[in-house]
Amino acid sequence: MSDHDTLYSTKLQDKVERSTLLMFVLTAIAVAIGGIVEIVPLFYLPNTAMCQNDPTCNNTQHKDANGNVIPMDKIIWNPETSAHKTLNDWAPGDGVRPYKPLELAGRNVYIREGCFLCHSQMIRPFRDEKDRYGHYSIAEESMYDHTYQWGSKRTGPDLARLGGKYSDEWHRRHLNYPRDVVPESVMPNYFWLEGKSVDVAETVQTMKVLTIMPFNPVPKTIYTDEYIAGAAAELEGKTDMEALIAYLQSLGNHVKFEEGVNYRD
Amino acid sequence: MAANQATPVKYDMEVVRWFTIAAAIYAVVGTLVGVIVASQLAWPVMNLDMEWLTFGRLRPLHTNAVIFAFGGCALMATGFYIVQRTGATALWSNKLAWATFIGWNLIIVSAVVTLPLGWTSGKEYAELEWPIDIAIAVVWLMYGFNYIMTIGIRKTSHIYVSNWFTMGMIVMITYLHVVNSMAIPVSMTNSFSIYSGVQDAMIQWWWGHNAVGFYLTGGFLAIMYYFVPKQAGKPVFSYRLSVLHFWALSFGYVWLGAHHLQYTALPDWTGSLGAAVSLAMIIPSWGGAMNGMMTLSGAWDKLRTDYILRFLVVALAFYAMSTFEGPVMSIKTVNALSHYTDWTVGHVHSGALGWMAMVAYGAMYHMVKKLWGVEKMYSEGLVNVHFWLATIGTVIYIIAMWVSGIMQGLMWRDYDEYGTLTYTFVESVSAMHPYYAMRTIGGLIFNIGTWIALYNIVMTVRTASAARGANAVPANA
Repeated sequence: MSDHDTLYSTKLQDKVERSTLLMFVLTAIAVAIGGIVEIVPLFYLPNTAMCQNDPTCNNTQHKDANGNVIPMDKIIWNPETSAHKTLNDWAPGDGVRPYKPLELAGRNVYIREGCFLCHSQMIRPFRDEKDRYGHYSIAEESMYDHTYQWGSKRTGPDLARLGGKYSDEWHRRHLNYPRDVVPESVMPNYFWLEGKSVDVAETVQTMKVLTIMPFNPVPKTIYTDEYIAGAAAELEGKTDMEALIAYLQSLGNHVKFEEGVNYRD
Repeated sequence: MAANQATPVKYDMEVVRWFTIAAAIYAVVGTLVGVIVASQLAWPVMNLDMEWLTFGRLRPLHTNAVIFAFGGCALMATGFYIVQRTGATALWSNKLAWATFIGWNLIIVSAVVTLPLGWTSGKEYAELEWPIDIAIAVVWLMYGFNYIMTIGIRKTSHIYVSNWFTMGMIVMITYLHVVNSMAIPVSMTNSFSIYSGVQDAMIQWWWGHNAVGFYLTGGFLAIMYYFVPKQAGKPVFSYRLSVLHFWALSFGYVWLGAHHLQYTALPDWTGSLGAAVSLAMIIPSWGGAMNGMMTLSGAWDKLRTDYILRFLVVALAFYAMSTFEGPVMSIKTVNALSHYTDWTVGHVHSGALGWMAMVAYGAMYHMVKKLWGVEKMYSEGLVNVHFWLATIGTVIYIIAMWVSGIMQGLMWRDYDEYGTLTYTFVESVSAMHPYYAMRTIGGLIFNIGTWIALYNIVMTVRTASAARGANAVPANA
């Protein structure tokens, strides 16, 4: 090549360049290492919400606003230790729970419409984000989110703790015609969601699939056979609009980080 | 290389011609959809109140069209061109290359149909649903296998540097696509990732950043290492720098994905590691950019008359700029401001428009002349017009996004003297309007350039075909 290279090559490089197989194998090794180092530990370290039947969740510790450790069964809802035994009894503060059928149907709508392209669901630990959105998000809060929805862009605001902030009626009007409620908004109109019925079969199938996930499945003690069997009746006659609102209202109040504050006050 | 062409080699170039034309068409379509989605953010009425045309459904179509349709066809055209010419051999299997062409285009058509229908896996830059994901894996392996086998049957002693980069891309994209797309279907049109939360986020950005690193960077560096020396008529400046560039990039790029998740629920060490390696990557990236630039030593005067060379050199300048900007944005302090803002969008486009599209067009113009056996494009002047439209459009776009991105970041974190947030969120939205309009205009200018390129290429082909008909001399690709 150029005169700048008095030493043409190292012996090893020269050998590699002459052999298709050697080049292929060495490249395949070189490009694999970084991913392995960064991804594999996330399946056993603390603070990754990868508990796999360990009640301490690899010794994960989260503290409330006063610096006291929150018990793990108040971080992740466990019907066996909780006073509230079923999804219908569950109350905010009981810990992270899977979605109820209508919320799950709404989550499917959220994904289908690509909401995550403009709305994040991941609050960072900064003063302004706490003032604007609430306590920073923790890993456990998205542990049942197969296909996570953290997002990467805030064309609109973060939605991680949207639940309970506005009334259902506000959401309905806002989703129908966003500029009726927020004149400066650039969100598309979603009035046509009112005319679409929830896909019952697909939602029920989603519940079944979530219980057989290899990582962080929904426990069968929560999505029991009877609960899944009852889902269809709950979904019958509901619209995509109602489902989406149910999903949005379920976001972010599962864990109580501060007494008397639900991040919408 | 020249020495090995003493006996003429019969290359398989028809499939390369088709990939080249397809790339020119998809560039028009992909950037046009980009202009539409950009206009929707400036003027929401552009959503037209139709579910299939809302931003949330069209934006994945835009990214898939430019990355996998335009980028993919450009990569496969140049890849099959380079691997034959640098190896002085025809393709290992011409039939497999044709099957790849048909398969890849069917995937693109299926994306155009399914994404507006809302069939999405909900993973950014990997939105296509599971049946299409399986098809992508099959067609990609057909491409990769054919490519590597063609390297295997080369007549030259050494494997040329471009082919190292393409081989790295083939291997890495296979890893990424297979691991990231793991999902359990609930129907033919819907499925859910087997990973959730933190693990899904990390795997998604391991995919996301390395699609950039190995496909949009590695693959296009293969283009750079072949077409810059060819067009400049000079050998690559430094062989040793290209060795460093390749191995450092292959080993290092893989670590960067975590920098997309700074300050999220991902453990801190992962993001810090991603940022540290990101900063280190400035060295090989700039080494590579300099290697391309310095290849023009003694040939800089050609920039006055050679419009194709202009594309290639400006692409290298954008490559250098965005590989500096990226590491800076990965630093936690900067990322705290830039994340979630339009700055990220601007950064992506300085890479995608300034680097990827420009270097691809430089290569496409070069190839069109060789593939159809003509001395000049139908209009060399239009190449220059396209060059300036592309450059100006890109610059307008990224300036708009720098201003709006930094402004968003500063408005969101601003406090007044009473210790309360100065701005509501929606005030930041309305402040973006002029920049969103400006971005749309920048994108439109770029898009007009792609129309001109398509026209110029089609007319060149038609003129060449007409001349060939008259003289009955087959094109010697």
